[in-house]
Amino acid sequence: MNITDFIKKIEEEFEDIQPNSLSLNDILEDKFTWDSINALIFLAHVNVEYDVEITADELIKSVTVNDLFVLVESKYQKTE
Amino acid sequence: MAIFQVPNIKIVGISACVPEAEFDNNNYDWISEKERETLIKTIGVEKKRHAKKGTTTSDLCNIAADNLINDLNWNRAEIDLLIFISQSRDYIIPATAGLLQEKLSLSHTCIAFDISLGCSGYVYGLSVIGSMMATGRIKKGLLLTGDISTLNTSYQDKSAFPLFGDAGTATAVELNNDANSMMFNLQTDGSGYDAIIIPDGGIRNFANKNTSFEYHKISDGIFRNNFNIALDGIKVFNFSLREVKPNINKLLQEFELSNDDIDYFVFHQANKLMNETIRKQLKLDPEKVPSSLESFGNTSSASIPLTIVTELADKVKNSKLTLLLSGFGVGLSWGSVILETENIVCPKLLIYKD
Repeated sequence: MNITDFIKKIEEEFEDIQPNSLSLNDILEDKFTWDSINALIFLAHVNVEYDVEITADELIKSVTVNDLFVLVESKYQKTE
Repeated sequence: MAIFQVPNIKIVGISACVPEAEFDNNNYDWISEKERETLIKTIGVEKKRHAKKGTTTSDLCNIAADNLINDLNWNRAEIDLLIFISQSRDYIIPATAGLLQEKLSLSHTCIAFDISLGCSGYVYGLSVIGSMMATGRIKKGLLLTGDISTLNTSYQDKSAFPLFGDAGTATAVELNNDANSMMFNLQTDGSGYDAIIIPDGGIRNFANKNTSFEYHKISDGIFRNNFNIALDGIKVFNFSLREVKPNINKLLQEFELSNDDIDYFVFHQANKLMNETIRKQLKLDPEKVPSSLESFGNTSSASIPLTIVTELADKVKNSKLTLLLSGFGVGLSWGSVILETENIVCPKLLIYKD
């Protein structure tokens, strides 16, 4: 999984995030409304894009963009 | 594995009825304007129909069935089977199907019973009515499905209130030796029974004058009592994204069909994000996946026939189609069916003036 690609796709998915504005160490809550609706949008996005499933607990534990990347990547490798 | 065929059964008519009053989610003032905009865009529900207190699902199904029987010129005495599928029955006891048999002036030789299912109910219902009729003696049957979900949803629950609408439907089924088989794949996972639940009022948690009515804060923007529908969004979401695609693909494979053999995929109308994600998983063109979410919301077991009536009426009335119908949700219960329709009777959407 490519980090740059991962971030770019998140920027495309959420209207509130400007292109090229997101970096790995950003805190999610600082960048956009990290609420239940956006959590569902993220779940749908990674499901279609990487074919992985993330639970509510795992999402709640994710604080930074990097946390999300590590989480998705760990599951992505398992399904490969 | 519950993959099977039901031969000699033909759908000859589908109708739907909704209550008159419309609720516009743009007026849902429990949440902020910005949150409302995101919500409407994500769930795809702009408007939905709300029944007045006192109106029941059977009232809507009665209108839908009565009009359909008349349009079909069916002799009521020949209807030997009525199945009512709903999770919003008229009374705790008795079953609602009997009341409908009486209201529709059907014969005393008619079989009538209820099945308690929601989102998957229409597909399950077709399998039950089809299997009973395929035994050969029952020539005409009615499948009535729907729910009034708005009356037991808390206005102060942003995770449920904006989603649900009310509707009742009727599907007329005939025994026909020339009909191609309906093909089913039905599944269940009861471990997720609490993903969509009304906890109190049944026998497990008997209605309690203190605890059942008390409103609890579940999280920001979500307050409800134990008679209200409780929805675990992420649980239902993950379940649907995990299970629907393999269920459909197995069914297609088993009968050596592909996506190209299907004219339309009519899904249970859960919410836009979920339905769009499933559509993308299956790599289907948007034109092949009609939706009634924008004007009617999630109408439980009515959503598939309601979508056929509002979005596909001209097509089902005037042509021969191969449809794949798929319902998924409360239970957890899910299933798909592939069937053919040809020039069926499909009255314009009926409005119940309650």
